[in-house]
Amino acid sequence: MKDFGYQAHRDNTIDFEKNDFRIARFLLEREPSLNLCIGCGSCTGTCSTGHFTEFNIRKIHTLIKRGDTEMARKQIRQCMFCGKCQLICPRGINLRNVILGINRALEKI
Amino acid sequence: MNKSTIVVGGGIAGMTAAGELSRLGVEVTLVEQEQISGGHAACWDRLFPTRRPAEEVISFLREQTDSKVNTFSGRPVTEILHHESMFTATLSDGTILRGESLVLATGYDLFDASRKEEYGYGIYDNVITSAELEGWFKNHQPVRTKNGRIPSRVAFIHCVGSRDEKVGNLYCSKVCCITGVKQAIEVKEALPACDVYSFYMDLRMFDRNFEELYFEAQKNYGINFIRGRLSECSENEDHTLVVKTEDTLTGKPMKMIVDLVVLLVGFVPRSQNTQMLLKLKLITGNDGFLQPEDEHNGDNLTRIPGLFITGAVKGPVTIANAVADARATALQVYSFLHSNR
Ligand SMILES: Cc1cc2nc3c(=O)[nH]c(=O)nc-3n(C[C@H](O)[C@H](O)[C@H](O)COP(=O)(O)OP(=O)(O)OC[C@H]3O[C@@H](n4cnc5c(N)ncnc54)[C@H](O)[C@@H]3O)c2cc1C
Ligand code: SF4
Ligand code: SF4
Ligand code: SF4
Repeated sequence: MKDFGYQAHRDNTIDFEKNDFRIARFLLEREPSLNLCIGCGSCTGTCSTGHFTEFNIRKIHTLIKRGDTEMARKQIRQCMFCGKCQLICPRGINLRNVILGINRALEKI
Repeated sequence: MNKSTIVVGGGIAGMTAAGELSRLGVEVTLVEQEQISGGHAACWDRLFPTRRPAEEVISFLREQTDSKVNTFSGRPVTEILHHESMFTATLSDGTILRGESLVLATGYDLFDASRKEEYGYGIYDNVITSAELEGWFKNHQPVRTKNGRIPSRVAFIHCVGSRDEKVGNLYCSKVCCITGVKQAIEVKEALPACDVYSFYMDLRMFDRNFEELYFEAQKNYGINFIRGRLSECSENEDHTLVVKTEDTLTGKPMKMIVDLVVLLVGFVPRSQNTQMLLKLKLITGNDGFLQPEDEHNGDNLTRIPGLFITGAVKGPVTIANAVADARATALQVYSFLHSNR
């Protein structure tokens, strides 16, 4: 085929019809408190990892709920499991269990 | 003449003011243009945040007014005149009422959702308003799509007709956030297998027990809250709808197919009374609602002594706030009638 120099762009859209919600379902079943998130960003604000890298724990778990696991796959291992995020969360979300769950789920799915 | 007042509008605010004034011994005439009293609240099923039946509140107020207050129903007031310290209110059938004071409790209109054409209300089958959904609940009508299917995804859209320069309304309508949370819970209760999404810009849970209901919606009902204003809605061939927004918390555009879209419509000033109020030279704010003389120490007063304003005619309110406002108004009217004018 002739190469016109065009490339198909990756779709940046969160598409609920195409995304994969298996990890979201697994996580919400394992740690239902995750649905209490109000997107305040306290977790990211306090996270030492996030201060030195691209790592953003709020975005990671929000994206998973949207069926988008790419960021989690690339970054979740950077978490040091210190638990500061959980200490600060105003909705009482068990974030260490969420992170543990993300790791478990990614091993399987 | 006895100490007398005319209350225009028999919604929550008007009924409360009329009932309180009658208990204070004032001769009250209440005018409600509809056959049944209660105003908008008469169309609601259960009230936020406790989900108490609206009917309970209205029947309490009816007991306070029925047979105690001289009532004219089924006809609107079309003209109000103020002359030599007397008010005359003319009804559409020519009836003339007179009183030493007058309370305007004429309330609000719902935003006309078809003005947000990009949301498809009135064009697509399965786009409805929060007021219509309330009607379904009230009439025990099941939550279904137009062609009778059980929806598997429902989207609630916040701020329809509010906080939107494009329709000329910069203000927040205050009660639609909590109405949306309440209705999301009710849809989930009716259809446990249905996924419910709320698209919001901010969730304004300003009053007592509101934030708690939001928490409950997340915890016990699994309602999904997505921060992003609906950009557009389009219809598929099978009459499902595609909603497009940004998920601002992840910074990505988002699209989703849903079976039913519920638009949380806001408050707008009641248009039928514009001319009547203009003639009285009452002052309105930039939002078009009536402006009181002093927002702190005279928030039921107008530039005309003896003419009072109460309830949603001054802008968005909850029923609890309309009741409190109307009680305060009743005291203002009472002290006016007993002052040396
Ligand atoms: C979808 C929705 C759901 C809501 N749910 C709740 C809830 O659960 N809990 C809550 O606290 N609040 C709720 N509200 C808010 C509630 O509707 C208002 O607080 C309340 O209706 C205000 O009462 P009002 O008497 O000031 O105005 P209105 O209800 O508008 O009453 C005004 C009355 O005046 C009459 N009138 C107007 N002009 C004339 C005229 N010229 N002559 C004679 N009569 C006239 C009208 O017919 C009407 O009966 C909801 C609002 C919306 C939009
Ligand atoms: S537990 Fe992980 S995500 Fe949470 S603050 Fe520590 S490093 Fe950040
Ligand atoms: S601190 Fe808790 S509520 Fe706030 S964004 Fe993080 S997980 Fe969500
Ligand atoms: S109460 Fe909520 S939905 Fe209504 S206008 Fe204000 S922010 Fe928007």
